Amino acid sequence: MIALKEEKEMAMIEFKNVEKYYDKFHALKNINLKVDKGEVVVVIGPSGSGKSTLIRTINGLEDFTEGQLIVNGYDLADSKTDLNQIRKDVGMVFQHFNLYDNKTVLENIMLAPKLVLKRDPKENKEHAMRLLKSVGVADKAESYPRQLSGGQKQRVAIARSLAMKPKALLFDEPTSALDPEMIDDVLNVMKKIATEGMTMVVVTHEMGFAREVADRVIFIDDGEILEDERADVFFKAPKEKRAQQFLSKIIKH
Amino acid sequence: MINVFTQHWQELLLGFGNTLLCSVIALFFSLIIGSTFAIFEVLPYKILHIVGRVYIEVFRNIPLLVIGMFFYVVVPQFFVTLDGFTAGTIGLTLYTSSFIAETVRAGIQAVDDGQMEGARANGMSFMQAMWHIILPQAFRYVIPPLGNQFINLVKNSSVLAFVAGFDLMYQGDAIASTTFDTFNTYIVVGILYLIITLPLSYYMRYLEKKLA
Ligand SMILES: Nc1ncnc2c1ncn2[C@@H]1O[C@H](COP(=O)(O)OP(=O)(O)O)[C@@H](O)[C@H]1O
Ligand SMILES: [Mg+2]
Repeated sequence: MIALKEEKEMAMIEFKNVEKYYDKFHALKNINLKVDKGEVVVVIGPSGSGKSTLIRTINGLEDFTEGQLIVNGYDLADSKTDLNQIRKDVGMVFQHFNLYDNKTVLENIMLAPKLVLKRDPKENKEHAMRLLKSVGVADKAESYPRQLSGGQKQRVAIARSLAMKPKALLFDEPTSALDPEMIDDVLNVMKKIATEGMTMVVVTHEMGFAREVADRVIFIDDGEILEDERADVFFKAPKEKRAQQFLSKIIKH
Repeated sequence: MINVFTQHWQELLLGFGNTLLCSVIALFFSLIIGSTFAIFEVLPYKILHIVGRVYIEVFRNIPLLVIGMFFYVVVPQFFVTLDGFTAGTIGLTLYTSSFIAETVRAGIQAVDDGQMEGARANGMSFMQAMWHIILPQAFRYVIPPLGNQFINLVKNSSVLAFVAGFDLMYQGDAIASTTFDTFNTYIVVGILYLIITLPLSYYMRYLEKKLA
C-alpha cells in the first residue's frame, strides 16, 4: 500500500483543474492530466486548440489562471516557486529550434550547463561532444546555426536540452518546420531518447511516431482534453467524434 | 597652419587629450547607462518602463548645452563643486546615453523572441539570457546607428568649450582669440577632430562587416 502511494506521488507532471485565459479568451478548460515518470505522452489536436499553451504551462513559459500544476515536485501556482529550478530539470524543444544564433553548435550546448549548473569546463565539453555524436551532428560542432539544415538544427536543439540532464522533455511540434526528408532523422533521435526512459510530452502530427512510441495520447480541442487514452486503444478506435474526424484528416491513405 | 601647430602644440595637444579622454569616458558610461535603460524598457515591470521612458525623453529632448550648464553652474551651487571637464563629461554622458538607450532598445526588440524563449527554457535567468544571447545579437544589429552616435559624441564633446573644460575646441577658441589667425586655427582644430572621428568611423564599419 505504502509503495503504491509513493508511486502515485511520483508523477512527473500533474495538472489539476487548470484554467487558462488570454484576457477574455478561454484557452485551457479544466485541464486534468498526469504524466508519470518515464511515460511518453503525445498531444494531438487541431491548430489553435491549445496544444502549445498546454505544453508551455509545464515549464512556466505560459502562466495559468486557476488550478494547480505540479512539475517535478514544484508547485507552479505558487509565486515563490523558482521557474529556473523547474527548467533545469524539464527541457523544451521548439518548432523553430530557437538555437542561439550568436553561438556555435558546441557553445549552444555548453552554455546553460556552464551558467546554470556550473559544470566543469572539460566535463561539459566532453559531455556536449558525446551528445552531438549521439544525435549525429558532431562534425558541425564549430558551425553556427545558420550553417545547418533544419533537421540538423533540431537535433542540436535536442542535444542542447539533453545537456542539462533533464528529468523530462517537452516537444512542441519538433518536426513541423522540417522538410519531409529530414523528419525521420529527428524522430529517430526522439525514439532513442524515449527508449532510454525519458519522460516526454510531445505535441506532434506524426501519427507513426505516436503509434510506435507513445504510451498515451491526449486529444485536445478548443482548450479541452477530449480524450486521454492508451495509445494502442486510441488508434484502434478513438471514442470522440472530433478525434475520429481529426485522425481521418491527418492520416494519409 | 603649420605655424599654428608649431607655436601652440602644447595647448592643442592638451585640448586633444582632454577631448579624447572626455569622449572615451562618456562613450563607456553612456553605453552602460544607455543599455541599462534599454533593458528597463523590455523588462515586464511597468514602473521600470516609466523610469526608462522619462529618462530617455528628458535627456534626449534638452539641448546638450543646457545639460552641461546645469552640471557646471547649478549643481555646484547646491551639491558638489565640479570642474568644467567633469561637468561637461557628465552632461555629455547623460545626453548620449538617452540616444543609445533608444537604439539598443530597438536592437533588443529586433532579436527574435525565440532566442529569449530558448534560453529561458534552457534554465537561464533573464539576465543571463540578456547578457549572453540577446545583447550580443542586438549590438550586431545596431552597430551602424551606434557608430553614428559615437561620432556625434566626439563632436558634441566640444560642449566642454562652454564650461571651461579645456578641450580641443576651448583651446582653439583661446588660440584664435589671441592670435586672430582664426582661419588656420580652426582648420587645425578640425583636422585634430578628424584624427579621432575617422578611425572611429572606419573601426565601426569594420566591426559591422566582421560581425555581419
Ligand atoms: N499570447 C496569446 N495571446 C492571446 N491568445 C493567444 C496567445 N497565444 C495563443 N493564443 C490563442 O490560444 C489558442 C491556442 O493557441 P495554441 O496553444 O498556440 O494552439 P496550438 O498550439 O494547438 O495551435 C489559439 O486560439 C490562439 O489564438
Ligand atoms: Mg502550437
